[in-house]
Amino acid sequence: MWRLPQRVRRERCALKLELRGITKSFGDLVANDHIDLVVQPGEIHALLGENGAGKSTLMNVLYGLLQPDSGEILVNDEKVVINGPSDAINAGIGMVHQHFMLVPVFTVAENVMLGVEQTKGAAGTLDRAAARTLVREVSQRYRLPVDPDSVVEDLPVGVQQRVEIVKALTRDVGLLILDEPTAVLTPQETDELLDVMRGLKAAGKSIVFITHKLKEVKAIADTITVVRRGKVVGEALPTTSEDDLASMMVGRAVKLRVDKEPAQPGAPVLTVTGLKVVDDRDHLAVDGVDLEVRAGEVLGIAGVQGNGQTELVEAVMALRPVLEGQISLAGTGLIGRKTAAVLAAGVGYVPEDRSVDGLIKEFSVAENLILDTYHRAPNASGFALRPEAITSGARERIEEFDIRTGSYQTPVGTLSGGNQQKVIVAREMSRQLKLLIAAQPTRGVDVGSTEFIHARVIQERDAGAGVLLVSSELDEVVALADRIAVMYRGKILATVPPDTPREQLGLLMAGVVEGDASAGATTPASESSGADRADDSEGSN
Amino acid sequence: MADSTPTDPTAPELNSPPPAAEPTAAKPGRPSWFRRFIEFVTTANPFMVSVLSVFTALVIGAILIVLGNREVLNEFSYFFAAPGSVLSDAWAAIWSAYSNLFKGAFFDPSQISGAVSGNNSWAVALRPISETLTYATPLIFTGLSVTFAFRSGLFNIGGQGQAVIGGILAAVLGFALDLPAVLHIPLVLLGAIVGGGLWGFIPGILKAKTGAHEVIVTIMLNYIAGNFLLWIITQKGVHDPARSDAISKPVHDSAVLPKIFGPQDSTLLRTHLGLILGLLAAALVAWLISRSTFGFELRAVGLNPDAAKTAGMSVPRTYTMAMVIAGALAGLGGAAQVLGTAHTLTAQVTGNIGFDGITVALLGRTKPWGTVLGAVVWGAFQAGGNQMQSFAGVTVDLAQVLQAVVVLFIVAPALIKAIYHLREDPKARFVTTLAKGW
Repeated sequence: MWRLPQRVRRERCALKLELRGITKSFGDLVANDHIDLVVQPGEIHALLGENGAGKSTLMNVLYGLLQPDSGEILVNDEKVVINGPSDAINAGIGMVHQHFMLVPVFTVAENVMLGVEQTKGAAGTLDRAAARTLVREVSQRYRLPVDPDSVVEDLPVGVQQRVEIVKALTRDVGLLILDEPTAVLTPQETDELLDVMRGLKAAGKSIVFITHKLKEVKAIADTITVVRRGKVVGEALPTTSEDDLASMMVGRAVKLRVDKEPAQPGAPVLTVTGLKVVDDRDHLAVDGVDLEVRAGEVLGIAGVQGNGQTELVEAVMALRPVLEGQISLAGTGLIGRKTAAVLAAGVGYVPEDRSVDGLIKEFSVAENLILDTYHRAPNASGFALRPEAITSGARERIEEFDIRTGSYQTPVGTLSGGNQQKVIVAREMSRQLKLLIAAQPTRGVDVGSTEFIHARVIQERDAGAGVLLVSSELDEVVALADRIAVMYRGKILATVPPDTPREQLGLLMAGVVEGDASAGATTPASESSGADRADDSEGSN
Repeated sequence: MADSTPTDPTAPELNSPPPAAEPTAAKPGRPSWFRRFIEFVTTANPFMVSVLSVFTALVIGAILIVLGNREVLNEFSYFFAAPGSVLSDAWAAIWSAYSNLFKGAFFDPSQISGAVSGNNSWAVALRPISETLTYATPLIFTGLSVTFAFRSGLFNIGGQGQAVIGGILAAVLGFALDLPAVLHIPLVLLGAIVGGGLWGFIPGILKAKTGAHEVIVTIMLNYIAGNFLLWIITQKGVHDPARSDAISKPVHDSAVLPKIFGPQDSTLLRTHLGLILGLLAAALVAWLISRSTFGFELRAVGLNPDAAKTAGMSVPRTYTMAMVIAGALAGLGGAAQVLGTAHTLTAQVTGNIGFDGITVALLGRTKPWGTVLGAVVWGAFQAGGNQMQSFAGVTVDLAQVLQAVVVLFIVAPALIKAIYHLREDPKARFVTTLAKGW
């Protein structure tokens, strides 16, 4: 039997945390305004707020990455001063960041020991065995299956996050801060994470869960603190309805459901037949997909991320070579065309990763708004850009799409995620579209912007465009789509109406095709799904 | 150590929060002119970094001047006996060096007053500034070349080779053809554009089609161009039969860029048409980058090729075009050297203008007009360095050391920021540095 390393044996019990009057300002902006917060031992405390509400600032103060202007932190009723992450860890506070702090080429064990390396022998070589043992011990104790010897970059995102949690737990913390942990996860991974959180709670850890997703909060939290514009606007219990939570968070009544009339599908605008596409590693990612998007309808593609949705969309956009098959837009073949020609033919594209493919962060809002129309009238005449036209166009878009920005000259990278996404949506929807391709249109976007973007997508549909919606958030697909195609391992398993029970959709997303799964799959459904979704969402967790 | 606060509270990357000073008080309306001025000079903006880099380099140069002056250095052995005289001698050495640097680069006040009173000609008085501009002229082109390529995210180390090829073509057309100047000059310049452009096209197309790194390719092409020059100036038809050394025939007078300040045969004021062409090129490059659709593509590709591609731009085409234009600019730099000052091809005709162009672009923060200014500063160091050597007995190497120190501080702005406790420029997060592209 191996000896337990020092750090795990000194088991820390649950920890009570209290923040009193934390204030932190950046210039004129008060990010945290006298925030009081009490986390009871062994509870899951959700910190709910929109992007930019000050949640992350508060947690960075708590973790010692920022110093508060005033206020104090108490751990187990004793005042502590936290000047940096090491102080926080010593006080028993661990944090899992939204962006993982892992070295991709290191193994799990190496990542876990990073910073607290143990050595052995006279030569002081790294004691990898001890690190491996430690990882196994922690992962068994808290039921967090990870292989200490896998290389981090080969692991799925959900497992990488688990490594971060294991890493924090090996530092022997009593309270764990999870900063937007589900933002990067698939529905399944999210469910797994919620299970892990329940397990940690059972093991006596306190958890601060930062999020803007209402469903998760309701599913897991013991207490909910809602922050808005740097202030605590109230505490709530998980029994509070989603609508009430949303309006507390946003500060006004929010429509969580998408109002839409039944679709009136017209002629097909996008027809894909027998499409085969390979991914970056030359694996067949899209394996014989047939689909059809009609004018005036939303076809939603549901599926766990990484099942070929990205490659499918990129093939349609001519961003990725097509191995086999046909793609045509309103009867005209798109194979062999360049991306610019596809865009010019009336396709709008909201790429799934806005910071990589959708925007140029250093460019101004105005420049980003013309990223794919810069060479056309009225933005240019001949080789010359027309600054007046670009500026006035930008002003109109900012107004129409409610983009919250200092001015049209502000670099887009300084805007919040929701407003960045609105810039893309405004750009793509400001031309006449035959087809709109929206991939993960509301990922990392706050409630208010999500509501707006959903409404615009439906507006585009009602104006007669076909919409191809790809989302790994089932709620979003169910809310917007008139038909749902479930994609699994590069194939479309079934096309079903949006009122299909969630369990059945979940099974399809996991690749299980039952006899009845394809029963309603053939006819394009046209009924509204708003009311159904509410029922589903209640029962989903 | 001041509080470390990020400029954007929602920024997720809080691991390296940029240092910022204490939060400024709420300021309703526009702050006063004075307030804004103080804010400007205490912020690490590109302008202040450049100015302070030059200043710091001069301070370090002063120390080197004293260290390099044996007499003054010996006096330091009895420093405590007569500190006043030691310090005044040290100061005299520094003053002599820097005043000559200035006189050689810009003007000598006594010659200006001499010109006013008629003791010497205006040509003598204006000669230093003319020399500075003459040195600066080819650097404007090669600097613009680096600046332009850099905007597309490419690091053009090949200005040297492109200038050599441009210069060779200009020279060959210059002595092989017999045309009136109005036709001859545009034709030789076109030759330089084609030659430099071709030498830029090779790394551009290789980058676009195969991903070959432009830095490696351009360095290799520099060797090829340099040795091609050595070879061609000894070949029949190019070599000047009247000379026994490796030198080409001189270009015809009709291909020589006319002098702009003095008579054609004057050796005092050498500034030539190339300067005006350089300024026109800067204006064109500035327009291309910020006002043209191609410049929009160029900047988009340079900052985020993925987003550019997604928006329908052709990244390979942009890379190729950027390198062709960059090569053409450097080729014109070579032509300016050959047709403006040298008038003939020698092994050293293009000197170091290609590599100095990189420095000049850096000095100008890869902005077109900044690059022009950088070229003038560089030219001033060269012209002034010559005078410093002749009259103050300071070796010309010191001028080169000064140049090197200036660049060192400019490429490491954090150093200047730390030395002078400058505040973070709020826009600095979006200022690209030359570190990109590697």
